[in-house]
Amino acid sequence: MPAIKFDPELCASCETVDCLMKCQYIEFAGISDAKAEKLKINAGENSRVLNECLTCYACQEYCPFGNNPFYLLVELQEKKGILPAPKPIVEEQLRMMSPKGRITRQKVRSPVVNMCAFPMLTGCVRGKLFEGASVISGNDIFCNIMWLHFAKNSVIRDRVPKMIDNIMSFYLKDSKIDEMVCFHDECYGTYTSVAEAFGISVPFKPIHLFDYINRRLNEIPDLIKPINEKIAYQRPCSNRLSPETDKILDDIFIKIGAERVPRKHDRENALCCGGVPRAQQRDELADELVEKNISDMLSTGAKYCVFNCPFCMATLGQEVAEHGLMPILVSDLVLIALGE
Amino acid sequence: MNDFIRQLADITGSGFVSSEPEERYLYSMDQGTMSPAEPDAVIMPGSTEEVREIMLLANKHKVPVVPMGGGLVLSGLTRALHGGIILDMKRMNRILQINPKSRYAVVEGGASEGMLQAYLKKHHPELKHSMPDAPPIATLAGNICIHGSGHLSVLGGFHSDMLTGMEVVLPTGDIMRTGSCSISPDWFARAPLPDLSGLFIGWSGTTGVVTKLGIRLFPSYSHNDMLIFVCEDADLMPDVISRLTGTQVAEDMTPWMTPKPEWARGFLHINISYGAHSKKELTFKRNLLQASVKKYSDQKIAGFLPMPPTEKSRFLKIPSPDLVKFADIRKGGGFEYVGAIMAIEHFAEAYRAGLQIARTYNVSYSMGARIIGAGHAMMFFYAYAFNRADPEDIKLAQHALEATNTAALEIGGIPWKSELPAQKQIINKMDQNTFNLMNQIRSVLDPNHIMNPGNWEK
Amino acid sequence: MSLTKKSGKSGCYAKVSEDITMLHEEILHRCFRCGYCKMPSSYIDLNCPSYLAFRFETYSPGGRMWLLRAWLDGKITLSKRFSEIMFSCTACGNCTEHCPFPGFKDLLLEAFTAARGAFLDEGLVPAGVRDYLTRMQLHGNPYGLPAKKRADWAGGTEIAPFTDQEYLFFAGDEGAYDTRGQEIARSAAKLLAKAGISFGILTMGENSDGNDVRASGETALFEELAKNNTDLFNKKNVKKIITLSPHGFNAFKKDYPELGGNYQVFHYTQVLAFNMGKLKFRENSDPVLATYHDPCYLGRHNMDYYSSRMMLSAVPGLKIAEMDRNKQNALCCGGGGGNFFTDVLSSGNESPARSRVREAKATGATIMAVSCPLCAIMLEDAVKAEGLDGDLRIMEVSEIVNDRIL
Repeated sequence: MPAIKFDPELCASCETVDCLMKCQYIEFAGISDAKAEKLKINAGENSRVLNECLTCYACQEYCPFGNNPFYLLVELQEKKGILPAPKPIVEEQLRMMSPKGRITRQKVRSPVVNMCAFPMLTGCVRGKLFEGASVISGNDIFCNIMWLHFAKNSVIRDRVPKMIDNIMSFYLKDSKIDEMVCFHDECYGTYTSVAEAFGISVPFKPIHLFDYINRRLNEIPDLIKPINEKIAYQRPCSNRLSPETDKILDDIFIKIGAERVPRKHDRENALCCGGVPRAQQRDELADELVEKNISDMLSTGAKYCVFNCPFCMATLGQEVAEHGLMPILVSDLVLIALGE
Repeated sequence: MNDFIRQLADITGSGFVSSEPEERYLYSMDQGTMSPAEPDAVIMPGSTEEVREIMLLANKHKVPVVPMGGGLVLSGLTRALHGGIILDMKRMNRILQINPKSRYAVVEGGASEGMLQAYLKKHHPELKHSMPDAPPIATLAGNICIHGSGHLSVLGGFHSDMLTGMEVVLPTGDIMRTGSCSISPDWFARAPLPDLSGLFIGWSGTTGVVTKLGIRLFPSYSHNDMLIFVCEDADLMPDVISRLTGTQVAEDMTPWMTPKPEWARGFLHINISYGAHSKKELTFKRNLLQASVKKYSDQKIAGFLPMPPTEKSRFLKIPSPDLVKFADIRKGGGFEYVGAIMAIEHFAEAYRAGLQIARTYNVSYSMGARIIGAGHAMMFFYAYAFNRADPEDIKLAQHALEATNTAALEIGGIPWKSELPAQKQIINKMDQNTFNLMNQIRSVLDPNHIMNPGNWEK
Repeated sequence: MSLTKKSGKSGCYAKVSEDITMLHEEILHRCFRCGYCKMPSSYIDLNCPSYLAFRFETYSPGGRMWLLRAWLDGKITLSKRFSEIMFSCTACGNCTEHCPFPGFKDLLLEAFTAARGAFLDEGLVPAGVRDYLTRMQLHGNPYGLPAKKRADWAGGTEIAPFTDQEYLFFAGDEGAYDTRGQEIARSAAKLLAKAGISFGILTMGENSDGNDVRASGETALFEELAKNNTDLFNKKNVKKIITLSPHGFNAFKKDYPELGGNYQVFHYTQVLAFNMGKLKFRENSDPVLATYHDPCYLGRHNMDYYSSRMMLSAVPGLKIAEMDRNKQNALCCGGGGGNFFTDVLSSGNESPARSRVREAKATGATIMAVSCPLCAIMLEDAVKAEGLDGDLRIMEVSEIVNDRIL
C-alpha cells in the first residue's frame, strides 16, 4: 500500500502554517513554534501535536496546498503507538465495526443511497426527494473513516478496499450502476479525499448528499414550500474533507427558503460536537465544546439545529432539544420543505 | 390430606387452594436446573391472619410449608422437597405505608419490586428503593430474605441491610415483629435492639413467613447518568473498584464480562450509575468518577466508553428486560447462576476460574458482579444458559454450576441463595459451632421442623 | 396471519400414536416465566386478566406455556382444570406486548389458540365454551337467536339496507342481539349519519364475524363463519366495512383476507374521529371528567389508541383523565377470547372488569368511555357489582358525543 500522498518540500516552504495556526484546540506561541512542530511531524519525530490533537480533520481543510497534513499526522501517531483513546476502547470499536460477512447480493437502481453503518436511518430516504432510490447499508460497507480518530490508518488501508469491493460486487456491478449517493460526509470523504491520499482506487463515482439534494431540488422546484426559518448548522468534521460541498448547502438553504444563520462556529470555524473527545477521555473539554456550540446557536435565534452527521446528532441532539432548538438532519429539513 | 386441604380452603376460600395436578406440577420447580419436587397443595393467603391459621394447621399436622415470593430464585429454594404446601405469598401485595421523611416503605410480604417502584414513581417521585435485576414481579420480601442486592447497593449495601423491620409468622403460628416496629408505630430501623431480623434472613424460608416488612428508601434524582469503564486486565479490577467506590458518588456498580457479543469478549467492563439533583452536580460526580481512575486512562490501558446520550437510555432502565434475554440465547428458556458473595480482591481469581469452567464444560456463560457498599464486598456471578428441552444441556449446566460453587468456596467466597448441593458444601466448610447454633435456633423456632425442610441440612 | 394447520379436527394439533404435536410447540419451552407478561410496562399492578382473577402461576401466560410443554412431554394430562386454565385467557395481548423475548413473543396467543383447539378435539372444554360454540355452530351467533332478527336493532331508525352505499355497517353479535349492544349500535349509526357518512346494513344472511371463535381454537368453525360472510359481502359488492365491535374489526382486517375477504375495514371511531368537525356541539356543555378504556382488539391488537381519544377531545367541556393502565398497558375488561359469553373468568372481587372500574373511579372521572359493546356490558355489570352506580357511568363514545351535539 502506498504512503500517504504528501509533499514535504511543499510543506516546508509554507509560510503560514495554517494547518496548525488555525487549529482551535492547540495553542502555539507563533508561526515559528507551529512550523517547528510541523517539521518534527514531517520528519517522523515526536511532537506535542501528536498527543494534543483532537482529530477534528480541520487541518485537512486549512492546508492551502491540499497536502494531507492530518492523514500524515495520524500515520505518525500510529507508527509511534500514540493512542488518542485508551487501547481497550479502540479495540472494542474495531471489533464492533468489523465487517460481518452478512452482505447479500441485491439488485439496485439509481439513485443508490449508501447509509453506511447506520441502517437505522434508512427511513430518512423517502418521499419525493429520494423517489425510486435503492438504499444500501451495514457494517460490510462501512466507510471506516472513523479510524482517523483512533490512529488506525492501517485499518483504513485494510478495510476500505474490501468495502469498495463489497459495494461493487454485491450492488453496483450487476446492476450496471457506476455512481453512489453518500448520505454521510464520512463516506464521501472516504471515497474522495481519503482514497486519493491513501492511493485506494474507487471504481464508482461518489455523489455528495448535498449535491444530490441540490440537483433534485432543481427538478422539483414547484414542490418546495419555503421554510422561512432560521437554521443553525452544525458542520461535521468529515465535511472538512470536502469543503467545496459546504457551498452547495448554501444553495440548498436558499432553495428551501431557510436562513443559515451566521454562527461564530460554522464554516472554517466549526467546532467539534464533543463526541470524539469523550472517547479520548477528555469529557471536560467535550462539555466545553457542547456549551460553546449551544450558546453560539442560541445567540443566533435559530429555530432548528441541522446536522448532516448522525454521530454529531446523537452527541448533541438531546442537548440541543433541551435548549429549545429542534435537532434535525439536513435531508429531513428538506423533506419538510417538500411538505413531507 | 384431602381433609387437610378442605381445612386450608376454610381459611383462604377454595379459590385460593389447589391440589390439582396443574398447580402441583408448575410449583414443583423453578427456572433453574434443580429437579422437580411436588407439593401436595398450593395455597395463597390474603392476610397475616390467614398465614397464621395456615401455620397453626400445618404445625398441628406436621405438614411441611414452603414460603414462596416471586418464585424467581432460580436455585430451587421454593421446591417442596418433602411435599406439603407451598405458600404463594403474592396475593399479599399491598403497599402499606410510605414515610417520606424517614425514607422507608412498609409493604406486605408478597408485594412486588415492580409495584413498589411504580407506586413511588406515581406518589413519591422524590423517592426510590433499590431494585434488583430480577424481573419486576419478584417480591421485596423474597429478595431481602435471600440477601439480594440491586441498583442502590453501592449506596446502601445488601437489600437485607436496607431492611428496617419485619412482621413474621412463626411456624408455631405466633406473629412477631422485629426492629423498631416491635416497640413503636414507626418502622424506621432495626437498631438499637437485638437484631432478631437475622433469624429470618438468609435462612431460605426455614424459620418463618414474612408477612410485612419495612425497607429503606433513597432520594430519586431528576438527573441520571451512567458510565461504562473498560479494561483488559482482570488484575486491575480490585483497584479500579476501590478507586471508583472511593468517590462515594455511584449508586450502583456492576462489572460484566461476556463472550457475546463478540466485541466484548475478553474485556472487563463496569457499568457505573449515578444521579444528581442538577446537571451541574451530575457533571461534578462524573468528573470525580473519571478522576478516580485517571491513573489508568492516562496510561491508555483503560477508560470509559464514549456513549451518546441516546445509547444510555437502555442502561438506565431499571430493571433491564435485556437481562432475562440471556435465557433465550440457547433458544431454551433456561438459565441459572452462581452468585458468590466474596471479597473484592478475589476478582481476578474468580474471573479466571469462570473462564476455566466455561471452557471445561463448554457452556454458554456470562460473568459479572454487583459491588456491595463502598467496595465492601461483591456478588460475583457466573450465569449459564441452557435449553430446558434438552436434558443433556441441563446436566451440563448443572455440572458447571457445581464446579463454580466449588471454585467460589475455594476462593473464599460463599455461594448466594445456594442450591441444595451448594448448601451442603457450605455447611461442610462452616464452623461447626455456627452450624450447631443454626440448628438450635431452628429447633426453637420450628419444633416440628415443618419450614422448608431439606434446606440447610447436612 | 397464518392459519396453517397441523391436523386434528380443530386443525391445531396432531396425535400420532403416543406422540402429540402442537402448532407452535417449538416456542413453549423457550418461555423463562420471567413474569413481564403479567404486568403493564409501569409494573403498577397486575395486567393479565386471568392471572389477576385466579392468582395461581398456572393462570399466567408463562404458566400456560410450561403446562402445555408438560402435556406434550406426557408429564400431565388434559383435565377440566387445565382446560379452564387455557380458556380463561382473554387473548387480550398484554403478554405479547410485554414479553421481553423478541424471538417468540408474537406467537404466544397463537400457541394458546392452538392448544385450545386441541382441548376442543378432546371434548375437554368448560361447559360455557361448549355451549357458546354450539350456539355459534347452530345459529351463527352466540345468543342462539334467529338470523332473521339480526337487523332488528335498526328497527324504528332510518338506517337503510346496504345497496350501493360507501360503507357496510356491521353491528356484530352484541350490536344485533344484546339490548345494551343494540343501544350502542343505534347510537354509533346515528352519529355516523349525522357526520354524513354513507352506509347501509345487511338485513339478513350474515353471521358472527367469528373473531372470538377463532380465539377459542375452533378454526374450522371460524372459517365456516367467515366464508358465509365473505360470500355474502362479495355478492353484495361490499368494499368498505365499518364495524361496531373491535373484535369484528380485528377479524375482518387480519383474518378475512386469507379467506377471500378483502375489504377496507374501519372501526366506527376511526371514521368518526376525522369527521368530528362536521358536528355542531351545544354551547355551554357542563364540564365533565371522563376516562377512556382501550379495547384490546382496537388497541393492543391493532395499535389504534387515538381515534376514540380524538373523538372525546373534540367534545367541549370534556376532559380526559387517563387510568394508570392505558393504551398499550390497558387492562382488558375480561370479555375477550369468548369469555364474554363463556364466563370462565367469573365475576369475583378480582375480576378484571371490577378491577378496571375501581381504577377508573380512582381517576376521579364520572364517565368511563368505551368503544366496544363487550367492554360496555362487562364494565356496566362491574359498576353494579362494585356499588358504583351513580358515581361512575359507562358510556360508549358516540353516546357521549350524541348527548352534546345539536
